[in-house]
Amino acid sequence: MSTPRDVAIVSFAQRPAVRAERQADDTEMLLPVLTEAIARSGIAKKDLGFTCSGSCDYLIGRPFSFVSALDAVGAWPPISESHVEMDGAFALYEAWVRLQHGDIDSALVYSFGKSSLGNLREVMVMQLDPYVLAPLWPDSIALAALQARALIDSGRASERDMAEVAARSRRSALANANAHVKGDFDVDQLLREPHLVAPLRKHDCPPISDGAAAIVLAAGDLARKVCARPAWIRGIDHRIEPHSPGARDLTRSSSTKIAGQKAGVAEADIDVAELHAPFSHQEIILRDALGLGASVDVNPSGGALGANPMMVAGLTRFGEAASRIIDGRARRAVAHATSGPCLQQNLVAVLEAR
Amino acid sequence: MGDPIKVIKTPIHLDYQVLAGRDLVRFLNAIAEGKFIGRRCPSCKKVYVPPRGGCPTCAVVMGDEVPVADTGCVTTFCIVNVPYEGQVMKLPYVYASILLDGSDIPFPHLIQGIEAKDVRMGLRVKAEWVPAAELKPTMESIRWFKPTGEPDAPYDSYKDHL
Repeated sequence: MSTPRDVAIVSFAQRPAVRAERQADDTEMLLPVLTEAIARSGIAKKDLGFTCSGSCDYLIGRPFSFVSALDAVGAWPPISESHVEMDGAFALYEAWVRLQHGDIDSALVYSFGKSSLGNLREVMVMQLDPYVLAPLWPDSIALAALQARALIDSGRASERDMAEVAARSRRSALANANAHVKGDFDVDQLLREPHLVAPLRKHDCPPISDGAAAIVLAAGDLARKVCARPAWIRGIDHRIEPHSPGARDLTRSSSTKIAGQKAGVAEADIDVAELHAPFSHQEIILRDALGLGASVDVNPSGGALGANPMMVAGLTRFGEAASRIIDGRARRAVAHATSGPCLQQNLVAVLEAR
Repeated sequence: MGDPIKVIKTPIHLDYQVLAGRDLVRFLNAIAEGKFIGRRCPSCKKVYVPPRGGCPTCAVVMGDEVPVADTGCVTTFCIVNVPYEGQVMKLPYVYASILLDGSDIPFPHLIQGIEAKDVRMGLRVKAEWVPAAELKPTMESIRWFKPTGEPDAPYDSYKDHL
């Protein structure tokens, strides 16, 4: 493959995550976020070459909800647009591929998710295979608990290690106005809490959150023109493992490992990593798969344990990582997003200042 | 190996709360008072019925709420001839896009009080509300629209709203 075209994240905006957004509908949630991301990008809305979104109709239980959400984009005159029934990070990946064609120089990526309207644990069962696994209704926390149990049994992590991830994430979230589960927690005290679904305690699980986020991508000279310090995508790669959790070693994320290698995580010093690990033990698995050393600042935003709007939390990792490069706090960052049960799919990017 | 399995049943049941949103709540409460309201886009000036939070053309937050009449004209329509489960109306009947006076976006409702074959573009119609005591925050508070007997609206008056 020839060298990919240089593409950068030039702006990011997000709606503060909340447990339940009771007033605004999808369009109203998105409108201010899109307006802010486009304004910050310095690119006129009419000049954006491509628009791609990520969302899931099962969350609000209404078919084609992504079409009505397009109201927030103002798709007139008609725009070139696409959608993935996945986290917005995977829409970003599609937009990055689209920009490789070379005929357009910018793209708007957004996602929204209202997890509060259904029973999220049950809604997530809909992502499982419909013949053998879904009829058993293993909910999202039960499946994550199987993974955590396997990891503990492997001897590579303990419930204390998991509680430490949770405590650190929620302490980091104190500095993030967009996170809604935060605080200073003592690990010993956390470990005295009862199990929710053993071996997971409540602190090991992500909050249920409603939210929205948007990113603007720009290529080459346009990115340099509109942004003083663009977050260049040095490498990006998406890998998928077998759908069935039973067909995988749940204690290791081989797809993350390959994606990390392809994205070039090991080739340069990393300052910050924003990992999309909805469950505490998954951060331990992801760190291991990416080979991140102790010097890497992992999830300074608080990660998905601080706010987890479905379909948004992955894109937010890309936005949080990019923001730290754009504003000069970091030189190089890893951004990661996951999809599917127990880290089935993983997208890894290395972002850097130049 | 046994017989091939052609069908399996895997029942799925998910409960959701439905959130109407600010604008739809205000609209349905107005319907419960026997009134239509819309909302005007501050950019393109179009009045949307029902009102909505953002203008889908301009992508800006909608502006003022405006009262809209319960009279208007048929822009386009279809004649339903095929029986179906749950059918309430007697066949054939007309389902039409109706442009209410003072609004810019047609919305769909039933047409009665006229033979289906006589319904036409530009036909002037008025909402037939249920009795005041039966008004509720639902579109069923309007039974249907009926011709007013006025001359048809000229094509030019609704050609930009099709």
